[in-house]
This record gives sequence, C-alpha cells and structure tokens, in this order.
Amino acid sequence: MTTDILEMRGITKTFPGVKALANVNLSVARGEVHAICGENGAGKSTLMKVLSGVYPHGTYTGDIVFENETVEFKDLTDSEAKGIVIIHQELALSPYLSIAENIFLNNELKGRGGLIDWNKTNFEASKLLARVGLRENPTTRIMDIGVGKQQLVEIAKALSKEVKLLILDEPTAALNDEDSDHLLNLILHLKGQGITSIIISHKLNEIKKVADSVTVIRDGKTIETIAKTEVTEDRIIKDMVGRDLEHRYPDHTPHIGDELLRVEDWTAHHPQDTSRVVVDHVNLNVRAGEIVGIAGLMGAGRTEFAMSLFGQSYGSRISGRVFLRGKEIKTRTVAEAIEHGIAYATEDRKTYGLNLIEDIKRNISMASLKKLEKYGLVHDNEEYKVANEYRTSMNIKAPNVLVKTGKLSGGNQQKVVLSKWIYSDPEVLILDEPTRGIDVGAKYEIYSIINRLAAQGKGIIVISSELPELLGISDRVYALSEGRITGELPIADANPEAMLKLMTMEKPR
Amino acid sequence: MSNPNPPTIEEARVGGGNVNPTENKLTDRLSHILADLGKNGIFIALIAVVVLFAILTDGILLRPQNISNLIVQNGYILVLAIGMVMVIIAGHIDLSVGSVAAFVGACSGVFAVSWGLPWWLAVILSLGIGALVGVWQGFWIAYVGIPAFIVTLAGMLIFRGLALVVLGNQNIGSFPAEYRALGNGFLTDVFGEFEVDPLTLGIGALAIVILIVQQVRTRRGRQKYGQEVEPMAWFITKLVLVSVAIGFFAYSLASYKGIPITLIILAVLVLVYGIVMNRTVFGRHIYAIGGNRHAAELSGIKTRRVDFWLFVNMGVLAALAGLIFTARLNLAGPKAGDGFELEAISAAFIGGAAVQGGVGTIGGAIIGGLIIGVLNNGMSIMGIGIEWQQAVKGLVLLLAVAFDVYNKRRSGGN
Repeated sequence: MTTDILEMRGITKTFPGVKALANVNLSVARGEVHAICGENGAGKSTLMKVLSGVYPHGTYTGDIVFENETVEFKDLTDSEAKGIVIIHQELALSPYLSIAENIFLNNELKGRGGLIDWNKTNFEASKLLARVGLRENPTTRIMDIGVGKQQLVEIAKALSKEVKLLILDEPTAALNDEDSDHLLNLILHLKGQGITSIIISHKLNEIKKVADSVTVIRDGKTIETIAKTEVTEDRIIKDMVGRDLEHRYPDHTPHIGDELLRVEDWTAHHPQDTSRVVVDHVNLNVRAGEIVGIAGLMGAGRTEFAMSLFGQSYGSRISGRVFLRGKEIKTRTVAEAIEHGIAYATEDRKTYGLNLIEDIKRNISMASLKKLEKYGLVHDNEEYKVANEYRTSMNIKAPNVLVKTGKLSGGNQQKVVLSKWIYSDPEVLILDEPTRGIDVGAKYEIYSIINRLAAQGKGIIVISSELPELLGISDRVYALSEGRITGELPIADANPEAMLKLMTMEKPR
Repeated sequence: MSNPNPPTIEEARVGGGNVNPTENKLTDRLSHILADLGKNGIFIALIAVVVLFAILTDGILLRPQNISNLIVQNGYILVLAIGMVMVIIAGHIDLSVGSVAAFVGACSGVFAVSWGLPWWLAVILSLGIGALVGVWQGFWIAYVGIPAFIVTLAGMLIFRGLALVVLGNQNIGSFPAEYRALGNGFLTDVFGEFEVDPLTLGIGALAIVILIVQQVRTRRGRQKYGQEVEPMAWFITKLVLVSVAIGFFAYSLASYKGIPITLIILAVLVLVYGIVMNRTVFGRHIYAIGGNRHAAELSGIKTRRVDFWLFVNMGVLAALAGLIFTARLNLAGPKAGDGFELEAISAAFIGGAAVQGGVGTIGGAIIGGLIIGVLNNGMSIMGIGIEWQQAVKGLVLLLAVAFDVYNKRRSGGN
C-alpha cells in the first residue's frame, strides 16, 4: 500500500499524425493538491482526458492505478463512479436551469414513483452550497449568478458525487482576484476534508499558494515533479519553456509624443437596466508611443468602457466626448471608430474576435476589406500576400495562411486578432486582456509586439486582470473601480499595493 | 501599417515552396487529387447520380430533349437556391420563397393579362414587388431582430394568402409570347435552320474557351503571389473533363431546340452571384457574419444592413422564380410554388452549406439543385410514383449532410 491515490504510468496517446503524450508519468499523493503546469498544447488537458475516461481505455497505452487498483475507464460516468471528477475550463452548466438542478443533473434525487423529489433536491443542494461557501438560493438560475459563483456550483456538483479526486482545469482563468482567492481557499479547505485535487494552471503565484507539489509537462513529456519546498517561479518557467526566461517582460524604452486620444466624461449605462451607471464620467488620455494600462477588478467596467467607446458596442445612454489629436470625433458605430483610427481587440477572442471556421487570411482582412478593393472586387492575391506578411512578421505558427483559425493555439489566435487590427491601420489600439489563456512563451511575443507598436508611435491602451503584467509593460496606469477612474499613476509610482488600494476604492455614498 | 519589410515576390515564391524537387512527386500529386476529390465530393455525387440514372433509364436521361427539359424544369428551383444559399450562409433561413413566387406570379398575371400591360413592364413591376416583399421581411429580421425562421414562416402564410386574394379564386392564364419565353423559350435558329444549332455550339465553345482562359489566369496569378497550386497534370485533366462535359451538354442542347432562355438567365445569375460571393466586400461580409456575427460586428461590418439586403435580394430572386414558373405553365394559379422553399433549402444543404452558417457556395447549391432535379427526372422516367420520389429525396438530403458532417469530423474539425 502506497500513499499515492493515483499513479499514471507510461501514458502514451497519439492522434493522427501527432504524439500528444509520450510516456508520461504522474503520481499524486493522497490528500495533496497537485499542480500540473505546462504551456498550451503541452498535453495537460489530454492527460486529464485520459484520466477521466474521455479518451477511453484502449485509445492510449500505459496504466492508470487509482486507489491501488488498475482502472480501465470507458467513459466519464465510469471515472465518476470511482470518485474522479473533472471540472473543465468551459463550465458545463445549463444557464436556464437552477443551481440545484445543475448540481443534480444526471444524478437526480428521486422520490416515490421515480419522480424527482424537488424538496430534497433543493435541501441537499443548499447543504452543498454551504460546504463551498456560496450564499445563493438553490433555485436561482445559473445565468443570474456570476462566473465565479458558477465555478463554485461546479465544485458543489462534484461534491455531490462524493468526489475523491477533483481535477480543476484552469479554474481561475475567468475569475477576478477576489473570486480566485475564494476558490483557492476552498481547494485548501477541501484538502482539509481529505479531498485530493489536481489543478491545472498557468498562474504561477496561485500554484505557489495552494500546491503541495508541481508536475511540469512539456511537449507531451513529464519534465519533473517539484515538491512544495523547492518550487520557485523561475524553476517552473524554465521547465515549461525549456530555457531560462530572464526577463518576463521585454525591454521597452518609451518615446512618448503628443496626445493622440483624449476621452472626456465618458458615461455609459447598462444595456438592459438603463438606470444603472456602468461607466461613470471617465476621463483619460493616451499619447503617441505610450502604453497606458487600465487596472480594475472584474466588474469595474473596464471592458464596458472600451466597448462603449468602440462604436457603442456596449451599453445604453452613452455620453461623453472623444478627441483624436485634439479634434473631436464621433464613434457611434464600429465602422466610424475604425475610420478614425481606433481598434479594439476583445478579451474573448473566440466569441468576439475571430471567425473560427475561416482561414487566417480572411480573418486578418475582415476589418479592412475596403483596402483590398479594386474596381469593386476584393483583390484576393493581394490579400494572400498581406496575410503572409503578417504570418511572418507576427510569427504566427501555421504552415500557411489558409489554415482555419479554429485550429490554432490561443497564442497564435491572438496574433491573428492583433494582425487584423494592425492591418486596419489604427492610431490607438485598445487591447483587452491580450494575453488571457496564452502560454508564457507566447505572452512574451505579444508583449514584444505591443512594444513594437508603441515604438511606431501608436497609442496603446492595455486592459488586464493581471496586475504584474500591467505594471510590467505599461508606461502609465489608470485604476478603475465601480466605473470610475480612481487614480492615475506613472509607472515609477505604481506598485501593487498602491494599485490595489485604488482598484478597491468605493464610491462615496 | 503594412510590414516594414515585405518579402519580395521572389522570396515569397521560394517560401511558398511550390517547387521542391526532393519531395516525392507522385505522393504529392496523389494527395492533391485526394484533397480535391474530398472538396468536390458534391460534384462527384452529381456525376454518380447522372450515371446511375443514365443506366437505370437506358440512356433516356441523357437524350438531348431530356437534358433540355432538366434545365427548364428545374430553372426556378436553381434561381431560388442561389438566393437561399446566401441567406443560409449568413445564418438565416427563408421559408417564404414558394409563397412569394406564387404571389408575384399572380401579380404578374394581373399586370400582363388582366391589365394588358406590355410584357417587359409586367416583368419589371413583378420584380419590384419581389423587392418590396424583401424589404418587408428584411425590416423585421434586420432592424426589429425577429428570427428569420419566424418572419418567413409568417411570410409563407401571408403571401400565400395574398396570392389567393390577387387571383380572386381563379387562375389567370394565356400570357403574351415574350413573357412565356422566360420559361419556355429557346435561343435558336438565329442563323437559319440546322439539324444541330450552330449558335448553341458556338456559345458552348466560347464557354469552354472562357473557362480555360480564366482558370489559367487564376493559376498564373496564384503562382505569381507564391501560393501553392495543384500539379499541372491534374489541373489539365480537370480542365479536359469539365470541357468535355460542357461540350456534351452544348451538343445535346444544339441538337434539340437550342439554348433555353431559362439557362441564359441562370448562367448570368451564377456568374454574377459567384463573383459577388467570392470577390466583393458584400459577399465577404456575408461569410463573416455567418461565421461569427459578434466578431463581424466588432470588425466594423454593418451586419443589419447586410441582413436587410440579403432578404431584399432573396425577394427579387423569388419573384424571378415565380415569373419563370408562371411563364412555363402559362398560368398563374393558387398552387404555384408549393414546396419550392423546401427544394431550394435542400439544394443548398446538399450543396454543402452549413446549418450554423458561414459555409456554402453558389456552385454547391446549383449542383445540389441539379442532383434533386436529376432524381426527380430520373425517377419520373422510370415511372416511380410521387410518393417514393419524396421519400428518396428526403433520404438523399439526410445522407448528403451526414456525409458532409462525417467528412468534416474526419478531417479534424471539432
């Protein structure tokens, strides 16, 4: 009898033409929190899909030993019966059903006559909600609670299945700092109750906070497993990228010129609840060659500000004035905003940024087809040439520009989005979470691109939830809280403590 | 901004790697052919269906008169399929086209017969009414935001009803000859009477020449910009096969009555709309909207305007289909256009359009329509009853889409 709850030995999984996992070993001790790190595409998710039976026994080689017993899962139900529950990055909740209904989905509590016992369902659900520290009525619909709370519902659902090994795939990717903290504390709390967790994460600081040991995967191979006492960020990063990464942020010497964009008294209301102020008299400016950061907690109104400015893509009853090089402009439609040289790269590139079923070429040209028009026709060979130039200059990793963007990794997708906007020839680029869901190596590339654009005299506004990133790349930062600008600091004065204070500053009531 | 150091065309050509002597040429060629076959699966399906029914009908299917009939009988469905595939690519659907065709046919009867207007004025007015119908439906879909399924379901009832109102419970018939030509006319005997019409043969030959010139120019253009092109041998083989098909088709028409007017209308539509969908900003916007509406909006594409004009366009094409159908029957009746919408939708889906939008081609929809046409025609020749024809067509639609889905999954889509 070992102390390991799980041992995966020599796992090899091949897809047509690709070896996704090559002889991977993973040992997880009973009652620990085990982190798995690796760049996007390293094979973390594939490994977890093998473990949870999504890839059934027989489609991979190697052994899985769970609780001293060799297991051969045929599907998810099989693994769940043994107490292995996986919570995916994209939550598997039905938005129109209640919290309780979601928790007991496909595991319904039946009463007499095989009918669902709703009283019992809601009662049991409220007990589970208490365990995960979520104060919500179990009959509330999922769509009416935030993504942080939804994550907790997922965990409550796992607990309802008497989970022994909980797998969380990038659980905090979409959460703000507060919700992340709550979630991480919950994982530690569950550990106290004897539940083992595997957490897949990009975020090194949270790994350091919760993990007892860390296994790093690179290119489908296990690099090493590091015990808590030996974990350092540098070591993990070195393992992940296979080289030393001395500077996480590329050097940037700002050459700041005249003011490009100035926004005055920008106010926007919620699109449905039109009396609710979401963006509250925001004043800010960007100068040529300057990288300006906007920091704020989730719900502070960062994206809402950017999207309302960009062709009123968000909100209602929008007011305020916009000046470009001192001259007032209107940005009532996206086309108008683009015409005036404003570009906005969205935080959610799959939903709002890319046409995933189209190729790289057509995505890059999407916002600037007029430029390729000649005698009323799109010059498609020219389009190919342009796209190819961006593939080279932005280092988009694809054999050619006819590859569908849905098949690219997150980092390369982001490069396509940036290419699209750079090709639209903007003066000011608003980049909303430009490195979300992107691995460390690609992040560095994105930062370099941002620097390059600033060096060309563009004004850049970066919105990011990751404070270190914002402080690492900006020349000046604004803090946003409850829709208001609560402070503006030159980068020299901006430290995390000062920023957090501004970001949590409440409205005087 | 463009890249500060754009690669020269020479560099790009090297980078494009269309000449690489170390690669195994044979496997390279084979993979090209296989990839092409996969892409042109629908075309091969059409050939298979034609061959099958040519055998089953002892060659009657390929007789000159029947080939001519095939075009004339399916012309209006093909016209509808063009508009329908565009609507489907944008992620919508139009259930009203059959009723709109009937309504416009009825109106044209009033114009050309009851009121005795000149045929050309009747045609223009009818197309205008089609456009107005499109404006009506486009308004609700694009600017009010009601799903196209609902708006056009309502339209299906509204315009069927209005067709009956216009007809006043009777058929309108005996249209002027020029009007009838839309559905029944032939371009023939311009140079006097011959056994095999020389004009038709000439136009067929011209079509082959234009096709070859255009294909060669496209290929050269791609090479110049360093894009990969298919192997020369395969390129030539394909051109020869298509040329032979066009030649046979032209010869068949020439030895019957010449070129149907419907075919001329269709050819113009296919050409124009093919260019619109592939080469104009409007067409590209349609694909972008269908692929991801949010992303299109945030790229500055005026999605509402595109949706609106799509339905105006569909209205005009539905009107044209109504005119052709009425002209062919020489009668505007209450039952006209019954089920047209389903045949047009089937044609688009058999032709490779995706239910979710974003995918589809004009050419695919035309071939899809032809497959349905050959099925109808072949089974009729064989004397198979209408009940079995329906069932077989339903099955073919299901299998075609299933094959498409399977193909996409195998090629590594989600």
